[in-house]
Amino acid sequence: MAALAMSACERERRAFHSAPEGTHPRPALTDFQPGSAMTQGVSDTGLAYERNAYHINQGSRWYRAFNCNGCHGNGGGSIGPALMDDQWRYGGNIDQIHASIVDGRPNGMPAWRGKITDMQAWQLSAYVRALSGNVSKAAAPSRRDAITSTPPLTQLPRQSTDAGDASAQQPPPQ
Amino acid sequence: MNVWLRCLLMMSGASVAFPATAQQPASPDGSWPMAPLNYANTRYSPLDQIRGDNIANLRVEFTFSTGINRGQEAAPIVVGDSMYIVTPWPNVVYALDLSRPGAPTKWKYEPKPLPAAQGVACCDVVNRGAVFWQGKVIFNTLDGRTIALDANTGKPLWDVKLADINKGETVTMAPMVVKGKVLVGNSGGEFGVRGWLVALNADTGKQAWKAYSTGPDQDVLIGPSFHPFYASDRGKDLGMTTWPPEAWKIGGGTVWGWISYDPELDLIYYGTANPGPWNAEQRPGDNKWAAGIFARDPDDGQARWFYQFNPHDVFDYDAVNESLLVDMTIDGKRRKVLVRPERNGFVYVMDRATGQVLSADPFGTVNSIERIDLSTGRPHWNPDKQPATGKVVREVCPAAPGAKDWNPSAFSNRTGLVYIPHNNLCMDWQTSEVNYIAGTPYLGAEARFYGGPGGNRGALTAWNPSARKMAWQVKEDLPLYSGALATAGDVVFYGTMDGWFKAVDARTGKPLWQFKTDSGIIGQPVSYRGPDGRQYIAVLSGIGGWPGAIVVANLDTRDATAGGGWGGVLSDLKDKTSAGGTLYVFALPK
Repeated sequence: MAALAMSACERERRAFHSAPEGTHPRPALTDFQPGSAMTQGVSDTGLAYERNAYHINQGSRWYRAFNCNGCHGNGGGSIGPALMDDQWRYGGNIDQIHASIVDGRPNGMPAWRGKITDMQAWQLSAYVRALSGNVSKAAAPSRRDAITSTPPLTQLPRQSTDAGDASAQQPPPQ
Repeated sequence: MNVWLRCLLMMSGASVAFPATAQQPASPDGSWPMAPLNYANTRYSPLDQIRGDNIANLRVEFTFSTGINRGQEAAPIVVGDSMYIVTPWPNVVYALDLSRPGAPTKWKYEPKPLPAAQGVACCDVVNRGAVFWQGKVIFNTLDGRTIALDANTGKPLWDVKLADINKGETVTMAPMVVKGKVLVGNSGGEFGVRGWLVALNADTGKQAWKAYSTGPDQDVLIGPSFHPFYASDRGKDLGMTTWPPEAWKIGGGTVWGWISYDPELDLIYYGTANPGPWNAEQRPGDNKWAAGIFARDPDDGQARWFYQFNPHDVFDYDAVNESLLVDMTIDGKRRKVLVRPERNGFVYVMDRATGQVLSADPFGTVNSIERIDLSTGRPHWNPDKQPATGKVVREVCPAAPGAKDWNPSAFSNRTGLVYIPHNNLCMDWQTSEVNYIAGTPYLGAEARFYGGPGGNRGALTAWNPSARKMAWQVKEDLPLYSGALATAGDVVFYGTMDGWFKAVDARTGKPLWQFKTDSGIIGQPVSYRGPDGRQYIAVLSGIGGWPGAIVVANLDTRDATAGGGWGGVLSDLKDKTSAGGTLYVFALPK
């Protein structure tokens, strides 16, 4: 009974005003390593955000407020790559997404470091995970603020985050 | 002139006078020195070796891989024994030697534009071509530089920085040179930039003048010589007062399209793009001088007249399309006019000396505008299709890419017809409040496009500007996003997004010939006389651009708003073509 009550309360344990405790992850962009690969886990901070309905929903608001939708559409992409598919240029786990938002990426993704709070960056990252069906259905927002354009996020099939993106353009040699 | 007049009399016995190209029949030498071929922007090649009765033999003479598999919107430029090609970002320039078998590379120039520029290019990382001027090849880079190269060696002569990507500015247009001045305008209407056109000294790159599209008269180069035809364009500092305070600083009106020049009137003509943001409720007012056309003095840039096609534009109806300069007899009087197939779906015929609209007729499906009032010059917007924040406006025609986007039409001196490659699209549109953040998209609207009435998403329409009606039309399944080319052999060339390069009869639209290239065509076909005296047809194949980003940026079409609204209507595009970047050159056998 106690266990049941605790698991039922899991979703409701929300941290509204501060980022959950944890060290800043330094995610690698590739699983390829010399010799035998060492398992790369996802940070506790990242997991806490992507499991939390409030944070995911806040991320959906920032996604529009910071004009992410102008480049990435409602997940299908536009100027920037799609976020609802299974192809990830710079990695699709939440630590890697957070790093892409904060650090920027060379082919057009701006670096948001110093422009938004770290909590906002994590909340955005959690929402980006939701766009490809990679958060719990219980935590994903079921409605969007936008014109209907995709199946509801709670209905999207989960996409693998293992693949790279063959359409990525490399900068010319300098 | 005699040729077409005789033709017409033979055909119909009519005594109506026909429109004719205003300027000298450009390039009697068979060159193609600027993207639109000539200052009149007619894209009418005087070469006539390739005709309906021999075109069946037209075959590939050589191909060339640009090495860049993004949207190829550029026109190949041909002068003398050389062809010059600019690729999409990273904007590599190639010179090919046409005098040798297989046209080997003479030189190659890599400007190394900033990779981050790709992130502020609204509609793929395209470039619309270079211009040849007095031994120089002049072109623009996506990150906003204009560079002049020595045409013989490919060595840079000057290189100036004009745009700032951190503000969302890029440059995609093909520059034009008028009276020794290189004319360059910016892109970035989807990023809240402030539109401008600059004139650079072609020998040094030094700026001669800069005309903004918004702001005080002083910045717009409006002075005592400005005499717009319509009252609503008269008044002090309208580029500020027709906006909420400060909104003109981020109001768009970019200059990424075509420039025409009339040497007799000594005026240049160019259009200004959509006002920003797309959500029009955030910018009450006429939003001058966006979504209109300027006539300016090329020497000092001073405006002579202006006309606004879309005051307070609500649907991203940029007004950057080509102005075809022709002379026409209207009501018994010979007039210097410009013909403009506009994005809002109307063909405008305007007096190019005064800016008066002589006629405006829809060439595609239009319900967002009911009609154009010729006494005030203003469009009557359909009240049922007016957007409001949070509301979805349905079945708006044309869609945001317009009845016709940037891809240029052609005019044949022999048939008097304008060949308009265009879309047949409608859309649902929902606006929402948007924040301005420099370097990020400033839109506030989301759209779902779909095919218009008839189900065909594109068409090539031959328009008779004298009769003010369609002569014939070829329906295309996919939106028609390539330019058109008309030749003196009475053949019209264009390409489709699934890679077919087609030729049709200029008088009837009857299909004459087609060839399947390796990727979708969104470029500008050209025709030139080679060093061996034969007529050649050249086109770049390579899907991309605004619609083709679906393929080259690998968008996910499960999102109908992907690519700014193309996701739903082009969910089949990835099945119909794949990325490419190849030049195709065709000729008749020797």
